[in-house]
Amino acid sequence: MPVIDRTTFNELKQISGAEFINELIDTFLDDAPRLYAELKSGLAEGNADSFRRAAHSLKSNAATFGAGRLAELAKDLEGIGRENRLGDTGDRLNVLNEALVSACDELRGLKS
Amino acid sequence: MNATHEPGRMLIVDDNRVNRLLLTHALEQNGHHVSTAENGKIAMEMLREKSYDVILLDIDMPVMNGFEVLEALLSDNELRDLPVVMTSASDELDRVVKCIEMGAEDYLVKPLNPILLRARVNASLEKKRLRDQQRKLFRTFATPEVAEQLLREGFSLGGKYVTASVMFADIRSFTSLSEKQEPTETIELLNNYFALMFDAITGHHGTVNQMEGDGMMAIFGAPVFHERHHDHAVRASLEMIDLLNVFNEQRAVQGKGQIKIGIGIATGRVIAGYTGTQHRATYTCVGDTVNIAARIEKHTKIAEQPILIDRATRDGLSEDFKTEDLGDVMFAGKEQAIKIFSVSA
Repeated sequence: MPVIDRTTFNELKQISGAEFINELIDTFLDDAPRLYAELKSGLAEGNADSFRRAAHSLKSNAATFGAGRLAELAKDLEGIGRENRLGDTGDRLNVLNEALVSACDELRGLKS
Repeated sequence: MNATHEPGRMLIVDDNRVNRLLLTHALEQNGHHVSTAENGKIAMEMLREKSYDVILLDIDMPVMNGFEVLEALLSDNELRDLPVVMTSASDELDRVVKCIEMGAEDYLVKPLNPILLRARVNASLEKKRLRDQQRKLFRTFATPEVAEQLLREGFSLGGKYVTASVMFADIRSFTSLSEKQEPTETIELLNNYFALMFDAITGHHGTVNQMEGDGMMAIFGAPVFHERHHDHAVRASLEMIDLLNVFNEQRAVQGKGQIKIGIGIATGRVIAGYTGTQHRATYTCVGDTVNIAARIEKHTKIAEQPILIDRATRDGLSEDFKTEDLGDVMFAGKEQAIKIFSVSA
C-alpha cells in the first residue's frame, strides 16, 4: 500500500487547486504533531475520550489525503478509545507514529 | 426560478481544522458566504447572533457535539427549521441515522465529494428558501401564531368542535358609494379599508378567514385557542371603529364620502378546520354561531349601532366594556329570539 494514494490525492488537488492544496498540506503537517501528542497524553493519563478524539481527527485527515495505512491505524486506535480499552494499545502508537512520519514526508514532497 | 445559484449563508461546525478549511474552500467556490465554528457551543452563539441558511454539522466535537446542537436547534422556535447537513466519517453511519431521525436534513460523508456537497447543500438551501417563502406567505394570510402552528404541525383537512367568537363586518352603503367613483378608486378604498381592519383583527389574535366584496369574517379563539376570545373580538371591533374614524377623517379632507360599517359578533361552539384541497385550503368554521354572527351583523343597520354582540359573547367578557341590552330579536329561520347587546367605546 502506497503511503499516499495518488488517485485520492490528485482528486483532492483537483478540487482544491494547486495553491489551496499547499495550505491544506501545511494544516495537516501543523496539526499532526499536536494530534499525536494528544494520543500519547491521552494514553498516559488514561483519558480514553481525548485519545479517541485525537485518533478520530487523525483518521479523518489521513483519509482526506489518501494516507490509507495511517487512516487504518488511526481507526484502530479510535476503536480502542471508544471501547475504553487503552490497555490494548500495545505498540500501536509507535507503529502509527512511523506511518505518520512517512505520510508527512511524502506530503511535504507533494507540495508544489 | 432557479434559486440554487444564489449564494447562501453557510455555517460549518467542525472541530477539525482540515475539514473546516476544505469545506470552506469548496463552498466559497460555489459562491456561498461561509462562517465556521470549532464546536457546537460557539455555533449556537453564532446562530443566535446572525442568521444562516444551512448548517454543516460534524457529530464528534468537544464541548458540545452534533447531537447536542441538533437538540438545541429543535427546541428553539427561530432555529427549528434551519436545514442541517451532517458531515461524518463513513464508519459513523449509524450515528448519522440517529441525526436524521432527530431532524437533520441530510448528510455527507467525509472525505467530501465536491459534487455531492454542491448537490446536497443546494437542495437544503432550496428547502430553506421554500420554507422562508412559505412562512412569509402564511404570515400574509394568517396571524403569526397561526402561521407558526401551520409550519409546526402542518394542517389536516379534518375539523373539530371549538368554542370561538365569530365576527362579521360589512361596509354599510358601499354600493351607492362605489357607483359614484372610479373602479380603481373603489379597489383602492377596499384595500386600504381591509388593511386597517386586518391590523385590528390580527392585533387581537383574530384570524380573518373570509373576504367577500366589502364584507369579511374573522374567528377569535381558533385555530389557536385563547381563553379570552370574547374580549379579543370586542376589543378588535372597537379598534376597527376607531381606525375607521381616522380613515373617514382623511377621506373628508380629500373630499371623499364617508364609510360606515357594521360588526356582529356571536360566541359558541363551531366546527372549525381547514376546508378545501391539499393545494388550496382555508381555515374556516361553520355552525349555528356563524349564522347568528352574520345575522347580528345585518341587524346593525336596523339597530343603528356599529357593534352588536350576542349574549354568550357579553357573558364571556372579563374586561369592562360598555354594553347596552337591546332586548330580544327574532331572526328569520330561528325558532328562538336572540338577546342582543350593543357595544360602545
